[in-house]
Amino acid sequence: MSSSGFDVAVIGGGLHGLSAALHLARAGRRTVILERSWVGRHASSATAAGVRTLWRDLAEVPISLEAMEMWHGIAGIVGDECGFHADGQIRVAEFDRDMLGLVEREARMRALGYTHEELIDAAELRRLVPAMSPHCVGGLVARRDGAADPHRTIAAFRRACEAAGVTIIEGCGLDSVERHGADWLLRSGARSFTAPVVVNAAGAWAGKLAALFGDEIELGLKASMMIVTERLAPLLSPVVSVVGRALSFKQSDQGTLVIGGGLQGAADLDRQSSSVDFLNLAKGARAAVDLFPMVGDVRIARSWTGIEAKTRDLLPVIGASPNAPGLFHVFGFSGHGFQLVPVAGAILCDLIVEGGTQRQIAAFAPERLMAKRAAA
Amino acid sequence: MSEIDLLIVGAGPAGMAAAVAARRHGLSVLVVDDQPAPGGQIWRAVETVAATPRGARLGAAYLSGAERAAAFRACGASYEPGSQLWQIEPGLRAFLTRAGKARTVTAKAIILATGAQERPVPFPGWTLPGVLTVGAAQILLKTADQVPEQPVWIAGSGPLPLLYMTQLLAAGGTIAGFLDTTPQGRIRAALPHLPRALGGLGDLAKGLAWTWALKRAGVAIIRHVTEIEAGGEGKLQTLRYRTEDGQEATVPAEVLLVHEGVVPSIHAPLALGCAVEWHPLQQCYVPTLDAWGETSQPGIFVAGDGAGIGGAAAAELRGSLAGLRAAVKLGGLADAAAEAEAQPLRRRLARALALRPFLDTLFAPRPQMFAPADAAIVCRCEEITAGEIRSRAALGRPGPNQLKAFTRAGMGPCQGRQCGYSVMHIVAAAQQRPVGEVGFYRVRPPLKPVTLGELASLDETVP
Repeated sequence: MSSSGFDVAVIGGGLHGLSAALHLARAGRRTVILERSWVGRHASSATAAGVRTLWRDLAEVPISLEAMEMWHGIAGIVGDECGFHADGQIRVAEFDRDMLGLVEREARMRALGYTHEELIDAAELRRLVPAMSPHCVGGLVARRDGAADPHRTIAAFRRACEAAGVTIIEGCGLDSVERHGADWLLRSGARSFTAPVVVNAAGAWAGKLAALFGDEIELGLKASMMIVTERLAPLLSPVVSVVGRALSFKQSDQGTLVIGGGLQGAADLDRQSSSVDFLNLAKGARAAVDLFPMVGDVRIARSWTGIEAKTRDLLPVIGASPNAPGLFHVFGFSGHGFQLVPVAGAILCDLIVEGGTQRQIAAFAPERLMAKRAAA
Repeated sequence: MSEIDLLIVGAGPAGMAAAVAARRHGLSVLVVDDQPAPGGQIWRAVETVAATPRGARLGAAYLSGAERAAAFRACGASYEPGSQLWQIEPGLRAFLTRAGKARTVTAKAIILATGAQERPVPFPGWTLPGVLTVGAAQILLKTADQVPEQPVWIAGSGPLPLLYMTQLLAAGGTIAGFLDTTPQGRIRAALPHLPRALGGLGDLAKGLAWTWALKRAGVAIIRHVTEIEAGGEGKLQTLRYRTEDGQEATVPAEVLLVHEGVVPSIHAPLALGCAVEWHPLQQCYVPTLDAWGETSQPGIFVAGDGAGIGGAAAAELRGSLAGLRAAVKLGGLADAAAEAEAQPLRRRLARALALRPFLDTLFAPRPQMFAPADAAIVCRCEEITAGEIRSRAALGRPGPNQLKAFTRAGMGPCQGRQCGYSVMHIVAAAQQRPVGEVGFYRVRPPLKPVTLGELASLDETVP
């Protein structure tokens, strides 16, 4: 058996694992990523890759705004623009009654001192998205939001990791974990790895991984369905979502429409597979055609689902394990896109290298999802 | 939503025979097909064409389709032409589109009789207007009596080019030349299979007769062609070829028809998670089937050329066998009765397939097919060249699904039907792995490009 020693072992080669490894390697830590299949295999490449501050949970707003600054300078971090375009994200109201919630939200955000979400009327909506059905009455926009290209982003983070000296091992699923002095001993087939610090970035499988270390964390699943169409002439630039419907609608650099919005297919964790439920997906097509009537004749090229972790409160889990020394969690992003990727890696690096962080992460503590042990 | 016993996808020889067998034993049967009339590829438009002079020119094998179509029409199966099947979900819920409207059908069993597709073989210039497949040209000949005005270059291997050329000559077309890509030594390699092929002597005689007819007509035949390149500005203007012994020529050309054999339509079985096997001689996947044509997924059958290339006679027999088995599973037909009915069918099937090892060896794909020049476009939808895929495949050990993410090859509306096997071979060569080990693209639904409006029509919730 071959055994290699590292300062940090990151389990999971999705974007959050890559981001954590990148920051750690740049802070001088010898870091290895152990990936069961290949980098970006599941949620990272199955996503619409939204980069969104709009409509975030209040607990996420501070780190989300910081992450947005990072995205606007993403080439400085990973050496590539990642296909990121900041053409705005808009939450559209179809009817007057839908505006109420948007108005309330905007007032609340303004009262807290946030100015990134802005109410717009029908005329401004039309100016931003001329293709939108005229029945829509207004919306809430975050003008600096946008979306990235998932495959370019994965490739850029991977290259940056490798340039920073991260060792990436694909096809390396974990069989067992044991304590070995001050280290964790991680076994995968005939190979083994030791490190005093382990980062759990295993996405949908993070709950199972945490359990191997003795952390019982309640974790749900998402299998959000996506549609990609044939290529079209330019139709819209911002990312559009709608009040009261499961729809996220945008056009990629290639001209294809990318339609998501969180409609759920079926997922099977053990088989590592998920499947599309077309009767449910029809709701997304209905919403797309209602908002953009001219896309009715556009052909769907393919559809798919990815598997992602979802927490009870839809907030991520970021923080140190209360039980296992040297174990840190970063997962459970609950279908909210790429926004938090660069900042979450920086937070992990703070926690591991500095022993703490100035950033506001109390709401993401793993303990909130762990059952209190009953007194014996 | 409607519920039926058996859904049959495809109304060619296999689908029609399956419907007749299943109806005889009382199953409720729905047959859907994307063509406007029954017959499949081989008997395309036979109901309307058989009685015309065009029918006579297309030959006796074509004409025999008319009585099959009549028997199918009379069998009592519901038949929906002009329908596209684009998804099957567990519980056997099938999603169909017809006349711009989508709907679902629940079936207890499904027979996929979706046939074969021409093997796509990329070469420089194959996407130029003026370059078509022989199969596509034959469809035009069968349905519209369309004959190219200009002399036609034909390139490729296998029975179809020979048949098409005799049909084209009969219809008044002219042939500029036939670039036969069958490598040297193939007849010698195939001969040992001849004794087993005795049952198929009729087909063999047919092939020889076609070759004689071409020679008599003075068609220029250039043997053992290894390389083809189409050139021109915006359309085909020149054709360059090179033979095994180094002869090279560039000739003017306006129409080039290519055919390098057929491979089973594999997307639906792959999407359904049916087990498949790599066919090393034919370099394609075939579904793993039991003696009745049932796949590894209970209730899902494959019949016809989709079960492995066997031709129309074998397709009909496989269709009948699958229909019988469906009747056992769903209609209370006794095993023994089905077995008794199946025995003569199986004997005839063995005879119909006896020629296959000979033909498969004679017309096995030549190795050059799978090593297209760097400049050749491999993925037509996204216009990705062999060179791009090759250079990316050499970095690490990515499989087809990762290459799809890296290069966009296979992401277009054809779902990798054009580039899947080419990408497999390029990966295998770049990584020095056996091609059967590389694997195929994960097939993403829909199987046919349904529109957003059609999918939206399935949603009955009121906003």
